[in-house]
Amino acid sequence: MLGAFFKGLGTTFKYLFKKPVTVQYPEEKRQVHERFRGRHQLNRFENGMERCIGCSLCSAACPSDAILVIPAENNPTAPNSPGERFAARYEINMLRCIFCGYCEDACPTNAITLEHHYELSFYDRKSAIYDKTMLLVPIDKGHGDIPPVLTQMNRRPSPPAQIDL
Amino acid sequence: MTWLDILILLVRCLVLALASATLFAYFTLFERRLLAKFQHRIGPNRAGYIPLPGGKKLFGGWLQPAADAVKLFLKEDVVPAMADKWVYIMAPGFAVVPALIIWVAIPLGTWPDGMGGNWLHYAPIDVGVLYLLAVTSIGVYGIAIAGWASNNKYSMIGGVRASAQVISYELALGFAILAVVMQNSTFRTEEIVTSQGLIWNIIPQFLGFIIFLIASTAEVVRSPFDLVEAEQELVGGYNTEYGSMKFALFFMSEYIKLIAMNAIAVTLFLGGGNFPGIDTLVAAIKTSNGDTIAYAVQGALTLGAFLLKTTALSFLSVWVRASVPRVRYDQLMHLGWKVLLPLGLFNVVMTAVFGVLFPADSLIAKIIMCVVGVIVVVIVSATATPKHAKRGVTLVNPSAGN
Repeated sequence: MLGAFFKGLGTTFKYLFKKPVTVQYPEEKRQVHERFRGRHQLNRFENGMERCIGCSLCSAACPSDAILVIPAENNPTAPNSPGERFAARYEINMLRCIFCGYCEDACPTNAITLEHHYELSFYDRKSAIYDKTMLLVPIDKGHGDIPPVLTQMNRRPSPPAQIDL
Repeated sequence: MTWLDILILLVRCLVLALASATLFAYFTLFERRLLAKFQHRIGPNRAGYIPLPGGKKLFGGWLQPAADAVKLFLKEDVVPAMADKWVYIMAPGFAVVPALIIWVAIPLGTWPDGMGGNWLHYAPIDVGVLYLLAVTSIGVYGIAIAGWASNNKYSMIGGVRASAQVISYELALGFAILAVVMQNSTFRTEEIVTSQGLIWNIIPQFLGFIIFLIASTAEVVRSPFDLVEAEQELVGGYNTEYGSMKFALFFMSEYIKLIAMNAIAVTLFLGGGNFPGIDTLVAAIKTSNGDTIAYAVQGALTLGAFLLKTTALSFLSVWVRASVPRVRYDQLMHLGWKVLLPLGLFNVVMTAVFGVLFPADSLIAKIIMCVVGVIVVVIVSATATPKHAKRGVTLVNPSAGN
């Protein structure tokens, strides 16, 4: 009895001199792993065009039905995205999202990716819905060239196969 | 007694009450920070700090108790519809008053006022030790009637558990204190302190000290004996229905009682505010600076030593809380009735026998008692564990071929 008692005391005493495992959160943020699935973002191509072609595959893949995509035809003179369509509305309900990453898998153009941002808190349910302006990265954050298949506007490639970019 | 004496007494009492409340407030911070350290966390360090150059912060969190108090004051104060209203409202008072008045009989130090009195010892009564025992045990009334008045099963069970536990451990506590009284042949707390001299009571009364520590932890229903408020079983125990400042009063009484118990342990076993060399130091100041300054220095030093020893014991309380899981109820009763009570009796007998066999203040007797105490503690702790019930079912090997 006494041995176990002192063993317990010794164990806690050892911890007294160790560095705490917790961090001073708002000032000091814990690093996440490279493949951490946090908030989504909608990516762009190098030239600033949106990667999303409004195919709604992410919405279809979503197990919790968190994604709403309403596509629209591109204006050929000033297209939002390569290809024929783009997402006129793109909304993710962060209260429904389970961060499974299926949308990322389903996306044929790598338009949607789950990033490392995890501070998702809101004061009301309305603001839990992240719309396209919040999800879309700035124009200078684009990467990659537009694949040839999406530049052939007249060909109307359908259905969009997985285009490995 | 003139009106001036009464006024002085009132002011002194106010100072004592406020001091113990402040002690409580900072003990909670001490405990929370220390528990956090034990559990690999940081703990409350935001509310209030002293900024240092270079962005460093000193005493982070020192306003945390104030923030907690403000929060509790501003909370909604609800009286349950079916509660016995007046008893419900009075119960926190019943709990907190005994916790506060324990302190008057504890000599917090030695600051002679030049007229035979002591500024740091409020009530030098003849039966100081009995007073301490009586007041510490009366505190359970508050818990018991709080549990009853809430009209809630959980609260009721919490209150009943508290009464049963305190009654069980009071015997062991009483025997531990009785042995100290026999050792020093006085009931006056200040005489117990002075008669300990350089060899504190913890040496001859080592066994008594261990019994006292365990029994006092149980007496103030603190972890690992906090079955009264076992969250897993009883929600919050007797204080389930209490909120706002009423809850704060229960919380306060519990912690003040804990500190007071540690202070009593310091008084009875660790030489109170005395430390080696204090007498020569005071005598030296007395010859060079006069009586008043010497007394003041003596008061400050003894009070400091007393608080230091109390803090050391409080550290032990927090440490034990961080390390030891809550005991089961049968284990609690086993420990109280079958282990601590016989040990207490043995300790009393041992003290009596040694008191007869050896002359008073015999160093050899004290050392032998210490050795016997250590041996008894080790043997008892190795053997006296609750027996597990024998399994009533005999297991059979499965027969081949089936």
